[in-house]
Amino acid sequence: MSSSVQPDPALRESATFDRATIAGIQRAAATGVYDIRGWGAKRRLPHFDDLLFLGASMSRYPLEGYRERCGTDVVLGDRNAKYPLHLDIPVTIAGMSFGALSAQAKEALGRGASEVGTSTTTGDGGMTPEERGQSKHLVYQYLPSRYGMNPTDLRKADAIEVVLGQGAKPGGGGMLLGQKISDRVAAMRTLPAGIDQRSACRHPDWTGPDDLAIKILELREITDWEKPVYVKIGASRTYYDVKLAVASGADVVVVDGMQGGTAATQDVFIENVGIPTLAAIPQAVQALQELGLHRKVQLIVSGGIRTGADVAKAMALGADAVAIGTAALIALGDNDPRYQAEYEALGSSAGFYDDFQDGRDPAGISTQDPELAARLDPVEGGRRLANYLRVLTLEAQTIARACGKAHLQHLEPEDLVALTIEAAAMARIPLAGTNWIPGA
Amino acid sequence: MSTDTTVLDLSTSSVRELNAELHRPAAKSYEVRHPQGAHAIAAGVDSDITVDVRGHVGYYAAGMNDGGTITVHGNAGTGVAENMMSGTVRVTGDASQSAGATAHGGLLVIEGSASMRCGISMKGVDVVVGADIGPMSAFMAQAGRLVVCGDAGADLGDSIYEARIYVRGAVASLGADCVEKEVRAEHRAELAELLAAAGLDHDPAGFRRYGSARRLYHFARGNTY
Repeated sequence: MSSSVQPDPALRESATFDRATIAGIQRAAATGVYDIRGWGAKRRLPHFDDLLFLGASMSRYPLEGYRERCGTDVVLGDRNAKYPLHLDIPVTIAGMSFGALSAQAKEALGRGASEVGTSTTTGDGGMTPEERGQSKHLVYQYLPSRYGMNPTDLRKADAIEVVLGQGAKPGGGGMLLGQKISDRVAAMRTLPAGIDQRSACRHPDWTGPDDLAIKILELREITDWEKPVYVKIGASRTYYDVKLAVASGADVVVVDGMQGGTAATQDVFIENVGIPTLAAIPQAVQALQELGLHRKVQLIVSGGIRTGADVAKAMALGADAVAIGTAALIALGDNDPRYQAEYEALGSSAGFYDDFQDGRDPAGISTQDPELAARLDPVEGGRRLANYLRVLTLEAQTIARACGKAHLQHLEPEDLVALTIEAAAMARIPLAGTNWIPGA
Repeated sequence: MSTDTTVLDLSTSSVRELNAELHRPAAKSYEVRHPQGAHAIAAGVDSDITVDVRGHVGYYAAGMNDGGTITVHGNAGTGVAENMMSGTVRVTGDASQSAGATAHGGLLVIEGSASMRCGISMKGVDVVVGADIGPMSAFMAQAGRLVVCGDAGADLGDSIYEARIYVRGAVASLGADCVEKEVRAEHRAELAELLAAAGLDHDPAGFRRYGSARRLYHFARGNTY
């Protein structure tokens, strides 16, 4: 939050005990409970910003920016499923629950995604008719809590995503605080209204990859082998997790880096558990390549995707598609400056608001309050999201053409260089102007 | 639809063929022979057919059952009747871990014993176990009734929500926020109904009731264990 008080320039702020750290200690001392918030990691991390593309010149032949074809479509889950997903663009909408988000927000996500031919995803809490009805391609998450899980909705889904974790909190369960547990949310989750809900961190009926293989077999049997089965992991031991996910039978692996968002998690968890998206992608790609299944088991990457450049960089590193969550909410209207006065009344500011757990979102997105939720028009929200998705795609195509690629999936690590030693080491690409890949 | 029993033999056909038939049943009644411990037998049944499985089954037998009457004449592996919505599943022998996990409805009867995590995260199902259950059973159990005619292992009902547990024998220990509660007339009545539905002849007066103290329903200082 911005401050009107400017400190004396002679005062020196501690790098170790900076103002945010001091405020955190003061808050902890006053309340005796840890801070719970939404959003993903806010600390500075090696990220796509630390990579640059090498545009075509003498040794590479570029494509004309507006005229020559640069394909964007992607097929997901064609390894086992009778009906794999065929998306027009490789930017998908990540799982976000009804409960964490309003029904209007979920509908808007479905509308926006469908308008540009991509998929959206349910979340912890089940499938709502609004999002099913407005989603051309809907991925149904299969989570440890199994809130709202039922075979009827499972059969309505276009794909199934078995969630082991998410980037904001690998190894952590979920929480949905009582102020967001409306009667409808409570009924979908079979729990009393108004209580703080915990979502389990472990699946209740399988442990480890051998069991998961049998679980995936069961899901395929129940749905007659029609639907692709994704496995989503929070990025931590990504190389091993991807290998085990594939061994378990995943058709698609979703890797979510620590910049990936959450609706409610302890701040200390978000900032200190997991690895950056940039570090996770090469690990995942290496695992798939060693199995001989890169591009056969598709890789979806999420966690900090904001621009078409990020999309292109993730794909150049080996992803088949990406998923967005936080950015999609911003496109719907999250942190919009027009609600500045209300953000300030909540002790925040436009551009800083992260109290998605609180249920008082002025933009009407992360809330179950009927009056606040009514502020988001699902049609208008969907239009905004579709616009944003189009821009991401156009931006990614612009870069791909400059690299001489006729399809986004033709982007490759050779198109990239890194600006920092850390990014070079994590992304396994050379430091700009050198042939040096640290650790290679 | 045929009223005769159709016999499917897993020594000569696959689980895929079995389940495909059960999902679009041409008969009202099925008998499955030589299950050989296969996984996902009769998973995803969504009509009021009867399925008798003659032998032991692997993981997730009768998974997500919605309306079927499915009997395993033998033992069942992990996750029998997981996420059941409605209908009846009966295991004449013992069941492994996570029996009835997350199930929303219907009746699961295990005539023998069930291993750990029986009724984990149950969401409305009724589970009746003829003998003992293992540790961590009814963990995070949200709704429904769990009846145990023998003993219960450690940490029964840990982090339980609104499910009700009845145990006839000894309870090794109760989990976080699970407490013993008074057995009133309405509880004895529902217990009698559940025992009758399961075909078990026990006096409801011999059971004790356990449920949530509801002290963990809100995040607060000191509510973590």
